[in-house]
Amino acid sequence: MYEIALRRRVVDHLMVALCGLAAAIGVGVLGVLLIHVVVNGVSALTPALITSLPTPLGVEGGGIAHAIIGSAIIVGIACVVGIPLGVGAGVYLAEYAGPRAGALVRFTADVMTGVPSIVVGIFGFALIVTRTGAFSALAGSFSLAVIAIPIVARTTEEVFHLVPLELREASLALGIRRWRTISSVVLPTASAGVITGAMLALARMAGETAPLIFTTLGNNFWNVDPTRPTAAMTLTIFQYAIWPYAYLQRQAWAASLLLLLVILVLNVAVRLTYRSYRGS
Amino acid sequence: MDAYLRLYRNFIFGLFTFRIARVSFERDDDNTVRAQQGTAIRLVNPIDTRLTAARGARATGPLARALAPAVGLQDALFHGAASVMGLLIVVLAALLVATMLERGIDAFSAFGPTFVVTSTWNPVVGEFGVLPAIYGTIVSSMLSLVIAVPVGIGAAIFIVELVPRWVAEPVSFIIEMLAAIPSVIIGLWGLYVVVPIVRQIEAFVGPRLSFIPLFTGPAYGIGLLAASLVLAIMVLPILTAVTRDVLRAVPSSQREGMLALGATRWETITRVVLPFGRQGIAGAIILALGRALGETLAVSMVIGNQFKISGSLFAPATTLSSLIATQFREADNPLYVSALIAAGFVLFCTTIVVNVIARLLVWRLSRVPGGRS
Amino acid sequence: MTQPAVRPWSAPTVAPPTPRAGSRAEDAISIDIRHLSAWYGKKQALDDISLGIFERQVTAIIGPSGCGKTTLIRCLNRMHEVAPQARVEGEVEFEGRDIYDPSVDPTALRRAVGMVFQRPNPFPTMSIFDNVVSGVRLVGGTRRGSLQEIAERSLRRAALWDEVKDSLKRSAIGLSGGQQQRLCIARALAVEPRVLLMDEPCSALDPIATLRIEELIRSLQEEITIVIVTHNMQQAARVSDRTAFMLAGEERIGRLIEVGPTSLIFTNPQDHRTEDYITGRFG
Repeated sequence: MYEIALRRRVVDHLMVALCGLAAAIGVGVLGVLLIHVVVNGVSALTPALITSLPTPLGVEGGGIAHAIIGSAIIVGIACVVGIPLGVGAGVYLAEYAGPRAGALVRFTADVMTGVPSIVVGIFGFALIVTRTGAFSALAGSFSLAVIAIPIVARTTEEVFHLVPLELREASLALGIRRWRTISSVVLPTASAGVITGAMLALARMAGETAPLIFTTLGNNFWNVDPTRPTAAMTLTIFQYAIWPYAYLQRQAWAASLLLLLVILVLNVAVRLTYRSYRGS
Repeated sequence: MDAYLRLYRNFIFGLFTFRIARVSFERDDDNTVRAQQGTAIRLVNPIDTRLTAARGARATGPLARALAPAVGLQDALFHGAASVMGLLIVVLAALLVATMLERGIDAFSAFGPTFVVTSTWNPVVGEFGVLPAIYGTIVSSMLSLVIAVPVGIGAAIFIVELVPRWVAEPVSFIIEMLAAIPSVIIGLWGLYVVVPIVRQIEAFVGPRLSFIPLFTGPAYGIGLLAASLVLAIMVLPILTAVTRDVLRAVPSSQREGMLALGATRWETITRVVLPFGRQGIAGAIILALGRALGETLAVSMVIGNQFKISGSLFAPATTLSSLIATQFREADNPLYVSALIAAGFVLFCTTIVVNVIARLLVWRLSRVPGGRS
Repeated sequence: MTQPAVRPWSAPTVAPPTPRAGSRAEDAISIDIRHLSAWYGKKQALDDISLGIFERQVTAIIGPSGCGKTTLIRCLNRMHEVAPQARVEGEVEFEGRDIYDPSVDPTALRRAVGMVFQRPNPFPTMSIFDNVVSGVRLVGGTRRGSLQEIAERSLRRAALWDEVKDSLKRSAIGLSGGQQQRLCIARALAVEPRVLLMDEPCSALDPIATLRIEELIRSLQEEITIVIVTHNMQQAARVSDRTAFMLAGEERIGRLIEVGPTSLIFTNPQDHRTEDYITGRFG
């Protein structure tokens, strides 16, 4: 009576161990990947890399300054355009949308978040590049913004729902107009969550490659004109990874390390503060 | 009911500076909200230096009326602006579908339905059929699920059922972080770390199991097997996260019922918890499938980009997304471009359908299976 | 006490069980609880409970809400430790062994000491038949035919057979609350436990369903030891042979105040706190 069949005990312990193994694999993959990126990239991550431009093909040396500035421009424009639009859409969903319109917008936003980023790139190509006749950073920013807007809209809406109704009521009771209530009372209260959503979207945009392939095309030279093809970190990593030059592959690892640092720091910081925001 | 709020907020750009000194209010019997005497909200706007202050103001009517359609021009403009931004999402989606159809229609009209069942990719002659890409997409996605589903569900079970919170939270967090890593970095890692390992595996397994057609062919390393492995890594986080949420939603009374009958942990999990969550888990798997179908960069870096259907897992192949990504630079005539966009449209439709099915399954999470509880 | 306590309620609708003096030396003790204390993490829930549960009798545990009744019976089949950071001190002897001895597998114990919960919890993905035999199937090695027999026997003992015998394959969710609870009782009985723990089994049910379950308990008490937690004093009086009264002080730590034959507890309680509770002065 005091023990159960050996088979049952063995199976129980075995499966528990296997589940632990599965979790270890999940955790381990990330660890291994990080280690590889760090080990392969750290030696090439020099100040020279960050400040110089690419050398002629085959000549050792050079850097990725063009890609860093390119990414900054592309992602920057996408943020400046996409995040406010996303927040606005979120405000619409949370404060103004009726049940049917709201359901439609929500559904569309959810569907859009599932669209492969390469399809969004095609969209940017078909809409802007073909009509303007040129590849440009702006087209890339457009594609990135199309990816970011639904994400920011949904997270903003969620956060706005967390703001207690009493706060809006108090403000309205004091005679403050509806729009002022939203912008000066509700939004600041929700600001932590909104910023969280914006930063997550930023991290996502910084890591995207596929939408940029047919929109900004990439560039091996320094370019800060957003109407012309521009380099990007992700595109450069992609290029250098498949070219058969060892020094370029090293630069790809270094660029990966840099990009990964930025993205992981953003994600970890944001998720940690978001947890405490949610909990409070 | 009394709520005291003290807020001090500075907008980033200093457009608005305001202080809500103390807001307290009560609800009357007729449900109006009345701010108390001695309450002030001071809104000080450096650009517009008027002070808006109110003492003991009274909102007429219940909140519903207060939130009624906008009063005044300012409110109307704001409402209008927000609505425009909200509807922008729908407009963008419609535009996306429209532009893709517009540009891809040439290929569809030139080839008709044979587009998806032929295997030629001949830019010179102008014949395009994407069957190998569809094959590659399906095989690599399915195989990635075969690998990722046991690991993901196992990890989710571990997180929810088997360990205390202080172990579960970090593990869950780390697995979610995997989702934040850009696809191109996973591709880089895949190309230089995973592919050599796969090459070793293929060299080892190939000669020994060559009687199985799945394992024939030279040990290139890059190919369907490597792509499936990389895809499995990329879908693991979403699989684990959604399954974890599904399992957490299983009421503890169900687990206790089974435990009280003398079941081990594993028996409880397999006989009660997993069946209870089977719809949500199915949704998680399909969501993961949707993610795998659309993945471009990492896959195109390790799959070899060979436009061919071969029966072996060791062989290089191509997927719809990697076809588009790698061929794009080569596309020099309108029909070529149109064919690529048409391929993109096929991919788009497939992922939409898959994602909608997944959401329908996962949305049912909130409802108890069977109704009465 | 010098005067018998006033009976605070009208005569129960179900005749009280023929009095069996549970404190006779010949009656065997099924579960012997000795100095049991229990914690949830740092929060102590039970302090130094010592109590004997007599075999083939119904023991009721009563007391105001939050006094630790549920914690106590969950300690009897080691369900208490399922909660995070749960801890126990003391001994609980069942059939000659301390159940908290490291050599005892709680999974095996729970087959001998079954439990029915406050809210019916049938497994929604299983049919009625599958629910009833779910515990039996764990051990395996039972053929289909005998599963049918076991299911029928358990459902008869739970007074549910006549109502479901033609719809055994239907989902368990389609039953009413009272039927679901009887299904859970059948499920618990199917594994032939020696003791059945019932944690407020009728609190989620309407009076008619409650009555049927009380009849069920009375029919079962010949064969099986039953411990029932209830906040309904009349129910305890109707159904049990012995009653234990628990109370949690200011610190919310549960203690056993008094235990004895049901008829004595309700007519002549020894402790004034028991009397206060029974006469409705608090609780």
